[in-house]
Amino acid sequence: MTTVEDQSVGMDYLESFPRKFLRVYLPLGLIIFFLLFPFYWMAVTTFKPDAEMYDYEKYNPFLIAHPTLEHIKKLFFETDYPLWMWNTVIVSVSSTFISLFASVCAAYAIERLRYKGSRYVGLAIFLGYLVPPSILFIPLAAIVFQLGLFDGNLALILTYPTFLIPFCTWLLMGYFRTIPYELEECALIDGATRLQILVKITLPLSLPGVISAGIFAFTLSWNEFIYALTFISSSENKTIPVGAITELVNGDVYHWGALMAAALTGSVPVVILYSFFVEYYVSAMTGAVKE
Amino acid sequence: MAVIAEPVAAQVKRSSLWSRAFESRNFLGAMFMVPAIAILILFLAYPLALGFWLGMTDTKIGGVGRFIGFQNFVSLSKDSVFWLSVFNTLFYTVFASIVKFAIGLYLALLLNERLPFKSMMRAIVLLPFVVPTVLSAIAFWWIYDSQFSIISWVLIKAGLLTNYIDFLGDPWNARWSVVIANIWRGVPFVAITLLAGLQTISPSLYEAANLDGATNMQRFRHITLPMLSPIIAVVMTFSVLMTFTDFQLIYTITRGGPINATHLMATLSFQRAITGGNLGEGAAISNAMIPFLVAAILLSFFGLQRSRWQQGGRD
Repeated sequence: MTTVEDQSVGMDYLESFPRKFLRVYLPLGLIIFFLLFPFYWMAVTTFKPDAEMYDYEKYNPFLIAHPTLEHIKKLFFETDYPLWMWNTVIVSVSSTFISLFASVCAAYAIERLRYKGSRYVGLAIFLGYLVPPSILFIPLAAIVFQLGLFDGNLALILTYPTFLIPFCTWLLMGYFRTIPYELEECALIDGATRLQILVKITLPLSLPGVISAGIFAFTLSWNEFIYALTFISSSENKTIPVGAITELVNGDVYHWGALMAAALTGSVPVVILYSFFVEYYVSAMTGAVKE
Repeated sequence: MAVIAEPVAAQVKRSSLWSRAFESRNFLGAMFMVPAIAILILFLAYPLALGFWLGMTDTKIGGVGRFIGFQNFVSLSKDSVFWLSVFNTLFYTVFASIVKFAIGLYLALLLNERLPFKSMMRAIVLLPFVVPTVLSAIAFWWIYDSQFSIISWVLIKAGLLTNYIDFLGDPWNARWSVVIANIWRGVPFVAITLLAGLQTISPSLYEAANLDGATNMQRFRHITLPMLSPIIAVVMTFSVLMTFTDFQLIYTITRGGPINATHLMATLSFQRAITGGNLGEGAAISNAMIPFLVAAILLSFFGLQRSRWQQGGRD
């Protein structure tokens, strides 16, 4: 991706501030308000005591009169939430590393070894990227059951790579393509094997691509829902999204405080990771589409 | 002499066998592909094929199914709930995609302006896409609550309403509510990807147009749109694909209710297959989604082709 740095002053100086405010800042502010409001509401509800949450007459619903950690305490000590968090971490980290390993090898082979038919395999992998989980989960459930993986972390660790590998491979192919052939040819003449070339030349040079793919894959598996909902049945094996929606609702009684606390604390890890790697994340997202 | 030469010859022969194998691109290529191909065949290609087969059987959870041909599809074609889910899916996809495109493009153009804190704003805009969909959908569920909805409260305080809105209890209210939640979740993806496309357009094109006296609208119509059209094609194909096969939002906010008014094909197939235990019927509903997906993929393919020649590359 080449970003063109706009050096020209353009016609900007002709525009007065009030005009620019109406044309740019106001609509931008409205859209950002729309995009952020649910998060604000999530946070406010998490720290609001029950007495205020259901009484809009006495208390202003947008503010918290007496902030409390009651809901977070309830979530961490009276439910299986810590276990869900643990499962989500294990599943996301393992499936990300499996996918990265498989994708680095596959992308290198397709892009650099150019074996017979590699172009068609590359295209097939791209098509795999377009197969949505919502048409795969039923047959996959049958397979997971047959293999005896049902209701365990391994069911998710092995199935998440189905949507991660196509994405990571496609992204890494783009990065490997930018590395000059000459570097590899020099190494070949010096007697390096293909594996050495991959580990010592190609990977270090495409590190940004590997990080992008890893960050994106991690957030995708952290967010995954339909497989986790289908393949896991006991509470202690659930991931955060599934646990929150199935275990925190008892019949008709919604514990909104605890639900919002789960939503907030379940989002925070990915948001922190994302905030450190925004550029990598954006390049993964836009790179996969633009290739 | 001969005593020494023999092991050397053997060594040469052995190393040449090895090296021939490892210098062969096809052999090495196959070795490198093993991990990815093994996982993709076992958990992607095989289930895809198995799904076609299951759709033609009467498999129940925990039982072995019989082949019944197209009977599942015949019974579905007489099933009003199935047709309602097809209608809902199309309604959901069409409206959510159009609005996502409109707001996304507008937001991309706004973010492409000269702004303070530009990169921070871009990071904030992407948040709804990063946060787990189910968790943000829970927040929407709470916002749409029938008794404590903050939207209703604000509208009543402002004197625009007298009663709380029953967001999720009325079929049409529920449909629009989930469409809005989907738009909220999808706008960042469209906006940020289109912004990346906008940043590759050379400013000199705009300067040339300025000199020729083009208006804002003309510059948008004759420079921005044509330059952006390849990436718009791809982004919208992805967006349509994701919206059409959406599951999480509906499952979290309405579970398909009230009275199936928001069931999408994906949620209906989950309900029939996993909750109801009729794997065969559920798989048939999933398979009915495939023609739409193929149409979207073909669209994407032709979009990509177009982008190559537009950027001066070869076919």
